[in-house]
Amino acid sequence: MQEENKIPNDSSEASPLRGGLEGAFPGEIKELPGGGIVLSKLDDIINWARSNSLWPLTFATSCCGIEMMSTAGAKYDFSRFGFEVARATPRQADVIIIAGTIVNKMAPVLKRLYDQMAEPKYVIAMGACAISGGPFFYNTYSVVKGADHVIPVDVYVAGCPPRPEALLHSLITLQQKIKSGMTREQIKAPQP
Amino acid sequence: MFEEVGTTPEGDMIINVGPQHPATHGVLHLVITLNGETIKKVEPHLGYIHRSIEKMCESLSYRQFIYVTSRMDYLSAHMNNHACAMCVEKGLQVEIPPRAQVIRVLMSELTRIASHELWWGAMAMDLGAFTPFFHAFRERESINDIMEETCGARLTMNYMVPGGVMHDLHPNFQQRVKAFMKLYKKKIHEYDEMVTGNIIFQNRMKNVGVLSANDAISYGCTGPTARGSGVSSDIRKLYPYEIYNTLEFDEVLETGGDSFARYMVRIREMQQSIRIIEQLIDNIPEGDFQTKTKAVLKLPKGEFYSRVETARGELGVYIVSEGGTTPYRIKFRSPGFSNLSVLNHISKGSKLGDLVAMMGTLDLVIPDIDR
Repeated sequence: MQEENKIPNDSSEASPLRGGLEGAFPGEIKELPGGGIVLSKLDDIINWARSNSLWPLTFATSCCGIEMMSTAGAKYDFSRFGFEVARATPRQADVIIIAGTIVNKMAPVLKRLYDQMAEPKYVIAMGACAISGGPFFYNTYSVVKGADHVIPVDVYVAGCPPRPEALLHSLITLQQKIKSGMTREQIKAPQP
Repeated sequence: MFEEVGTTPEGDMIINVGPQHPATHGVLHLVITLNGETIKKVEPHLGYIHRSIEKMCESLSYRQFIYVTSRMDYLSAHMNNHACAMCVEKGLQVEIPPRAQVIRVLMSELTRIASHELWWGAMAMDLGAFTPFFHAFRERESINDIMEETCGARLTMNYMVPGGVMHDLHPNFQQRVKAFMKLYKKKIHEYDEMVTGNIIFQNRMKNVGVLSANDAISYGCTGPTARGSGVSSDIRKLYPYEIYNTLEFDEVLETGGDSFARYMVRIREMQQSIRIIEQLIDNIPEGDFQTKTKAVLKLPKGEFYSRVETARGELGVYIVSEGGTTPYRIKFRSPGFSNLSVLNHISKGSKLGDLVAMMGTLDLVIPDIDR
């Protein structure tokens, strides 16, 4: 009986990226007569809550935006993973999915949107254009060759445009990074 | 970043909508002059997604440049590729096999339905109804699956190449399309029940953003925007390409000129596309799907122009060739640009809240306007 109620918390054993078992509550229930207590670290609970309620900003400049809409649609449905509602204002958003090309005229707008978001904030570069300029890398005079020239990026998703599954994978990757408790700087640093 | 705020010397308020705004369907920036809540002037600012596609095409070969155009009006990717491929074929003077023609038309019409589906969902979302978005994507996803099987991509297909199509249809194609049409016919009444017949929706659309037939012509509107004002502008009827002159379908015309008329044109157009697909799906001729062309294409010296009807209107492709392997100059006549230009005209004197409804029925795709 006691064994069943115990929610596993083995963050020490799991890889640092996973930070405990995925999806499981990061704590331990101690059964006592007439109830029980939960033992956990506050940081773990905050990260757990934070990673499961990431609201994206509806920031779509071009084609990838349509695949982002598909991901929001009923077939792929990113609400399942806590990306509940797409917010139109940066002040209510936690994660900005850069869906599409960033051109020179748009770059200051992107920077301002990023600055307007409340901490903690995360960035996903969706598609080839946001990663490196993609198909518009050569012979163009107006395209920013990668959104990371403007704002820091946490997760990159390859594709032109990426499939909705790929976007979902990137969202889950971001969740795992947050759950692992790493700081922004650690997330950005290349993994050994 | 260009920005105006505050008031004009006459005491009118200036507000900025966009470039990051959910109702602009991308990164359009509108500078609106308001007298109270009444619109006096709407000034679109472009260039937030100007990717210099036309300049880029000058350094790409005649096979390569078509792929970039998928990213232009990504909701009508097939039609963009189609126009470019037809223009190159005109220069090369090659005939494409009947099977390829039928495949091209089938794909174009499926894309038209998918594009109108997305427009329908997004426009209802602009007006505050979220549910239609999910219903629209249900049908759109099944078209995406068909595209994925045959073309290998869901959105930017790059399927049409000079001389025909890139590869043959998937064996499941006919079966999948038939299944889709069955599903679509079963569900189409939901569109009317949810949105078209809704009295709130009708009140917001009727007599809003009225565009007269003369104005539609002088602003150069094409596609459903012009047809909503009763202007016959269907390239498939006026300048038939491929096999469109052998097909039975009606050019959808509405005479209202208001947002509701433009809405109805698109809804009825989807049914005409279904009609076209029905005529073709069982009659795909056997044979080659591509004419043999040289590995490196060279167009003779001269100027070539071709046009197609995309989901938004007339797309023209103009190629100037100096006889080399890359075009000397390419110009795209995109439907969105001229359709956007009427926004100031039709919104003058109406309320700010109606602007979203008008923009929704113009069906703007900003990368198509900025290129």
